[in-house]
Amino acid sequence: MTTATERSVPKPVFTDAEAGAKEFPDSRARRFNYFVPQKRKQTHYEDVTVEVQPDPRHYLAQGWLYGFSDGKGGYPLDWTVLKAWGSDRPEPERGPGTGGQGYEWPAHGWHEFRDPNEEWELSLYRYNANVVRQLQANVDAAKQAKAFAQWNPNWVRFVQQHVGAWMHVDHGLGLYLFANANRRGPTNMHNTAIAVNSMHLIRAAQDLALYQLTLSEEVEGFDGTAHLETWNSDPAWQGVREMAERLTATGDWAEAVFAANVVFQPLVGELFRSQLVMQAAPRNGDFVTPTVVGAEEYDFSERDLRYTRAIFELLTNDREFAEHNSRILNTWLADWTGQAIGAARAMQPLWSQPDAKPARFEDALDRVKSRFAGVVEDLSLDLPKELER
Amino acid sequence: MSRQSVAKAHQKIQELSWEPMYHQPVSHYGTDYTFRKAQKKDPLKQVLRSYFPMQEEKDHRVYGASDGAIRGNMFRQVQERWLEWQKLFLSIIPLPEISAARAMPLLFRNVPNPELHNGQAIQMIDEVRHSTIQQNLKRLYMNNYIDPAGFNSSLRNFQNDYCGTIGRQFAEGFITGDAITAASIYLTIVAETAFTNTLFVAMPAEAAANGDYLLPTVFHSVQSDESRHISNGYATLLMALADEGNHQLLERDLRYAWWNNHRVVDAAIGTFIEYGTKDRRKDRESYAEMWRRWIYDDYYRSYLVPLEKYGLVIPHDLIEESWNQIWHKGYVHEVAQFFATGWLANYWRIDPMTDKDFEWFESKYPGWYDRYGKWWENYNRLSTPNGHHPIVAEDVDYQYPHRCWTCMVPCLVREDMVMAEVDGQWRTYCHEACRWTDVEAFRPVYQGRQTPNMGQLIGAREWETLYHGWNWADVVSDMGFVRDDGKTMVAQPHLNLDDPKKMWTLDHLRRMPNLQSPNVLLNQMTEEERAAFHANYIKGGPAGRPARD
Repeated sequence: MTTATERSVPKPVFTDAEAGAKEFPDSRARRFNYFVPQKRKQTHYEDVTVEVQPDPRHYLAQGWLYGFSDGKGGYPLDWTVLKAWGSDRPEPERGPGTGGQGYEWPAHGWHEFRDPNEEWELSLYRYNANVVRQLQANVDAAKQAKAFAQWNPNWVRFVQQHVGAWMHVDHGLGLYLFANANRRGPTNMHNTAIAVNSMHLIRAAQDLALYQLTLSEEVEGFDGTAHLETWNSDPAWQGVREMAERLTATGDWAEAVFAANVVFQPLVGELFRSQLVMQAAPRNGDFVTPTVVGAEEYDFSERDLRYTRAIFELLTNDREFAEHNSRILNTWLADWTGQAIGAARAMQPLWSQPDAKPARFEDALDRVKSRFAGVVEDLSLDLPKELER
Repeated sequence: MSRQSVAKAHQKIQELSWEPMYHQPVSHYGTDYTFRKAQKKDPLKQVLRSYFPMQEEKDHRVYGASDGAIRGNMFRQVQERWLEWQKLFLSIIPLPEISAARAMPLLFRNVPNPELHNGQAIQMIDEVRHSTIQQNLKRLYMNNYIDPAGFNSSLRNFQNDYCGTIGRQFAEGFITGDAITAASIYLTIVAETAFTNTLFVAMPAEAAANGDYLLPTVFHSVQSDESRHISNGYATLLMALADEGNHQLLERDLRYAWWNNHRVVDAAIGTFIEYGTKDRRKDRESYAEMWRRWIYDDYYRSYLVPLEKYGLVIPHDLIEESWNQIWHKGYVHEVAQFFATGWLANYWRIDPMTDKDFEWFESKYPGWYDRYGKWWENYNRLSTPNGHHPIVAEDVDYQYPHRCWTCMVPCLVREDMVMAEVDGQWRTYCHEACRWTDVEAFRPVYQGRQTPNMGQLIGAREWETLYHGWNWADVVSDMGFVRDDGKTMVAQPHLNLDDPKKMWTLDHLRRMPNLQSPNVLLNQMTEEERAAFHANYIKGGPAGRPARD
């Protein structure tokens, strides 16, 4: 008779270590107690983001441990010239017998920012997975319906050159402005929202690139590389390109985010996407491109602009530095709006290229100016002179 | 997407990058490395059209398992000994993860290869995933495990307790200093490629053996992203190796990064795996055995050594010394003993070791009982209040150690402790390699070469100094490690929640002698006293025993 050797595996043990099994001090204390929620009850989003990035002004008793070559560690508040209340208070001095107490939480106003989109990993993957699935379905349906065959040659040229050129804007800003800025903000809530913004743009750039790849396969004569020449040398695009490059060259993270999402996107991005491509496409037999471009438009108007407003509304209403912030933001507005309007005007020739014309350029520009004015007024800032008719 | 279409798609998205004509992107982060432009390929060819649905599917599995764990009453089978250590681990780990996300921009301007930037951006958002999914796991533990204390306060407590700074190096080292040193060598080449094996593979296996299958669910999902990150690091490393001028810096950074990761990760994960488990089957692997397999064989011999042919100088001596520390010098045991010595300065409960534990340790680490057995018996004897002090203030043949200035793990292997006067202060180091890191590597000149971008070690690096001269009750109150009755401590040196009389309160601590900072005392000594102190200290140990004259 043979005996089977017992396998060596861990044995389940009944431990009764579940919530409520016993009563003792703290046995019911089942919420994170190191921050004050924005509303009455803390949200799931707050639980997974708030305080992950520490701050020597409140709990980080021993301060930052690693510094750059200038001795600055962590996330210096002076990486932007904007200020939230409490920003000027020095970090607590530490030494023998000082203890570890900092300022009472939150210590300064930057920690009051919450992303109204409540982005964290679960939300960002669900959202973006839905977008790419829907886009893929739209393009596949169009392929099956031979929808691209309805495009007239001018529209094919327009999509290969100009819709193609826009993906460079998305890619450049996504990587070198927003991904870069995810290292710069003062709290985890800022940096996470900015990182998600970055992925929206990088995804949108890839959506357009892959759409171009499909068109190269589906539309006879479609030149999938034409966008490079347009981006590199078409005069209509050089204003946009110069502004996009200047945005990525901006050292102050808050200025870069502000100039991109408050000025550039409403005045140039929405002008191109909503007022040109999405208006002109259907009249030229194209019902697919607006869905691709529209996904990006939704990213911006319903998500990225929302968190951006929330960041800057707090600062323009700050209890200590509202005037300081408004003054600087007005300077930035004045500086960037002129360039954005210039870039927009340089694109005007694009309006005459499709066979079936969209609404007049001036009307389109008026509409985005009006939208832009609303954003500026919501932030209690001064309308730049370029908005005068 | 089919494999072929992924390749075509990846090729297509390479058209997205462009050379600036009007303005150069901002350059915030410096490096002393030099790179020549090279068409190094992104080895994983990830495209967001397939990436997002893949990650969503992984999420479905993680969150499905989370629901299942709650419905299936997983916490009726979870070992408290194990979950208590998760209060420390899950305090630490979301910060390194999010720091890795923040580290990616350090590479953009310094590694001139747009194809790699795509992979780095995906790593950025992966790390956001890891940080928040781990916070979410901690939230689930807080809501469903018997004792939420310590989970509910983790992100305050981690940032001020006496172990926290040790763990924070594993985050801050990624985001400051020379961009390549931090975001490439320290983060991807060493931390991710070598030590995530023990963090995210070995440790979750131990969790499962202790009734917790959620930790493996979450962390294996995390680990499945790591291969991308390892490839990012490898591609950057090959670019760096192409320039001979970088070889000296690579040698420096590998030495620093290897040794610091060993000091920090082996301290924490070794303790969790060896002292946080109830699984004492003799055929289950010890941490030393896991280390030998995952780090020595899989990383050192299979990954690092083949890079020698490209000119990489590998710190063979430090790798062998790390093994020597773990196997011969009891590094993990010394750390676990230190964590338990200061249980009152923590925010989790530490279960005493039992005869069954002793037997397992002795079988895995012959000679363990002679070194550590008596101390753990004392720990058990002193675990409930009965007119005595917590073990740190009792005579149990243990000399409270000096902190290592560099890695902030104390100088536990007493014979290795070295001292140096730096910037007007006498500092102690746990090992010559840590002295070298502070005194030689993290400096603006290295071996006569200008290294203006190298970072600095900063901050109040010794926890004890902040509380020099304080009563222990005030220390614990200052840190906030007190339960909602206002007096019972979060930390306890046992797992008994049934009898309030067995739980330590602030009142018990009031009677203790004041806390003294070893470093403050060291700096008050005369030169002769200091020399005598050092000569005596290095004769001490093992197990923290003072030197016998």
